Amino acid sequence: MKTGIKSVAILFSLLLMACGGKEKKKEGFSVERAKTTTEKPAEAPADAGTPASERVDLTNKGVGPIQSVTLSPEIDQALAAKGKETYDQMCMACHKPDKKFIGPAPKGILERRTPEWVMNMILNPEVMIKEDPLAKDLLMEFNGAPMANQHLTEEQARAVLEYFRTL
Amino acid sequence: MKRTTYLSLTLLALASVFTSCTNQGKKSNGALTSNAAERVYVPPGQYDEFYGFLSGGFSGQLGVYGIPSGRLLKVVPVFSQDPEKAYGYNEETKPMLNTTHGFIPWDDTHHPDVSQTNGVLDGRWIFMNANNTPRVARIDLTSFETAEIMEIPNSAGNHNSAFVTENTEYVVAGTRFSVPIPQRDMPIKDYKGNFKASLSFLSVDQDNGHMDLSFQIRLPGFNYDLAHPGRDKSHGWIFITTYNTEEAYTLQEVNSSQNDKDFIAAVNWKKAEEYIKAGKFTTEATEYAHNIYNEETHTATSTIKKEVRVLEASELPGLVYFLPTPKSPHGCDVDPTGEYIVGNGKLSADLTVHSFTKMLDAIENKKFDGEAYGIPILNFEDVLGGTVKQPGLGPLHTEFDDKGNAYTTFFISSEVVKWKVGTWEIIDRKPTYYSPGHLSIPGGNSQKPWGKYLLAMNKITKDRYLPTGPELTQSAQLYDITGDKMVLLSDFPTIGEPHYASMVPAELIQPKSRKIYNLEENEHAHATTKDSDVRIERNGKEVHVYMTMIRSHLNPDNIEGIKVGDKVYFHLTNLEQDFDVPHGFAVMGAENAELLVMPGQTETLVWYPKKVGVWPFYCSDFCSALHQEMSGYIRVSPEDSNIELSWGLGD
Repeated sequence: MKTGIKSVAILFSLLLMACGGKEKKKEGFSVERAKTTTEKPAEAPADAGTPASERVDLTNKGVGPIQSVTLSPEIDQALAAKGKETYDQMCMACHKPDKKFIGPAPKGILERRTPEWVMNMILNPEVMIKEDPLAKDLLMEFNGAPMANQHLTEEQARAVLEYFRTL
Repeated sequence: MKRTTYLSLTLLALASVFTSCTNQGKKSNGALTSNAAERVYVPPGQYDEFYGFLSGGFSGQLGVYGIPSGRLLKVVPVFSQDPEKAYGYNEETKPMLNTTHGFIPWDDTHHPDVSQTNGVLDGRWIFMNANNTPRVARIDLTSFETAEIMEIPNSAGNHNSAFVTENTEYVVAGTRFSVPIPQRDMPIKDYKGNFKASLSFLSVDQDNGHMDLSFQIRLPGFNYDLAHPGRDKSHGWIFITTYNTEEAYTLQEVNSSQNDKDFIAAVNWKKAEEYIKAGKFTTEATEYAHNIYNEETHTATSTIKKEVRVLEASELPGLVYFLPTPKSPHGCDVDPTGEYIVGNGKLSADLTVHSFTKMLDAIENKKFDGEAYGIPILNFEDVLGGTVKQPGLGPLHTEFDDKGNAYTTFFISSEVVKWKVGTWEIIDRKPTYYSPGHLSIPGGNSQKPWGKYLLAMNKITKDRYLPTGPELTQSAQLYDITGDKMVLLSDFPTIGEPHYASMVPAELIQPKSRKIYNLEENEHAHATTKDSDVRIERNGKEVHVYMTMIRSHLNPDNIEGIKVGDKVYFHLTNLEQDFDVPHGFAVMGAENAELLVMPGQTETLVWYPKKVGVWPFYCSDFCSALHQEMSGYIRVSPEDSNIELSWGLGD
């Protein structure tokens, strides 16, 4: 019975609040402005110190739909030309071929990354910047500007990858 | 004993809280005793069951709401300029508001009607009328944008519009105000016999929705108020209420209410098609604008058309019949079977229901009671299907559920009344707050109603919400109609004045909703679909800036060599190809609006630099963590300066 009364009382006070009883809000805020305490990524990479864009990792395949890519020894020029077309329209606003811009330059990317990683970065950027350690570091290195998902098809992404081989 | 007192005191206090809570300005709350809150509550992240498309009345726009929650999802600009989306301000959509009276930035819209296939809502398009400068718009339900506007010639007060036949063969639009046709300089007092009305049939291309003014039927100079195309067995007919059969032209409040009965005009449009085919029309010279928005060029064009085919009702037998209907009928509504035509005589004590079968019989056996301007008047008793006796005061509109019930709004007695089709008995009545006009049931004007909810749209709001000065929001009220008795679930405020509304099951529209415009399909004449095409071109005093936008920069973001007196066109292309990443564009001192450019789309803003200086421009729609950085400068030099045109980004 007592519990019953108690809960009625609680209900009563809840109703009072719902009815327009205002809670006082605390105004103001404070910020510690110490410059040195920038956030560190949870898992510090082994070669911390080298910018992510210069780090070489030829085993990480990234996170996304691409499990395995086979590159032919010869560059498929027709495919690369198609890839350039897509690249110019969809990517160039942020990635200049051989110069750091909003994002890193793709020139020589296959000396530093697996083809799978490159394609997953194109196809699955939202997840990559959250789950892939390299992509996470790249996001910080490039000013917190996340890569836009331009919704390329796997075919288009593969062609863009071929184009990267020509740079 | 003590405990009991304590308990009753607590309960008493509790009750008083309830009372004080519900007494906040409310005279009544029919929802309190039920679980109404649960029935309109859509949990965060979940979707409403229906789309509600409510006309925006004198806002000229279309409000899109989630039903049952009453959440506002979008305001689609249709007949009025909208600075939020640059509709009617950017160069691409200005032609949408072109008419033979010039550019018209506002109108008054009343009746959205969803396209149908086999008498069932199909969720492809919504058609809606402009009342003041007669037009009909088509809104595309994949993009939720206005795709087409057709001006209606030989019309005035396009209230009786826009109503869709059961396979969307036609959208029908009738004249409320009769006028001289063709328009000419003549004394108003010579109205009688000289003023005429038009009933326009706009055919609809089933592939792309494009409208064409197929023909008009010329009618006597009454006021044609509302219409309902026949359904099922009466498919091929359209029924139209008239008032002012007195042909009064002044103090209509009194002079148009003299006759004991006005008419419902029954128009056989299949017969009209036969007459057109047989060449029984005259081709009249006229003028009307036809405006189409092209989704590939992202640009509207306006074409002035010069001719219309006209059928003269008084000269073509079997085309139109008049059904006498008591006292200035307003709404004209056909039940899902197509048998019954309800005339909501707004000054009548009873609801008059005509029978389609009896009408055909009366026509066949020539049971006429005279004629009006050569059009046969059928004998009232011979077409009467039934009467709903004394249901309320001021009936305006009726819709139907899927169980053989009808629901009528009563403006003066401020209620919705449920009655049985066929037996005409009254089953239930519920007050509305206050004075409803139209009501809507999903599919309630078609062969297939989804009889779950009823929305009453009220003309008077008064004390239903916190006051906001003399002008109040408009009010809609949602009822659950699944049981014998209607249950009031909620009130929600609406934009403008909602007249009619269409509610559509979400599943018919949601899967088709467009996400982006494909960059590769962008055919805009001034598109910049590659960053390498970014440029500025000067042609005398006209400057064209081909600018791109992507998270989070505008390219170029530094522009020099612009001069006072130039006319600058900013052609913005949004290079994003991801859902829900529009970018805005605003430049200081612009006299028009911002742009709001959807992914893959191109839009153009004209800017007149009037002051020397360096002026900022920026993205006005928060797009990313670096949105604040998405900005640039344009340098404006004196008119006689010789600064070269130049531009750049990060150079």
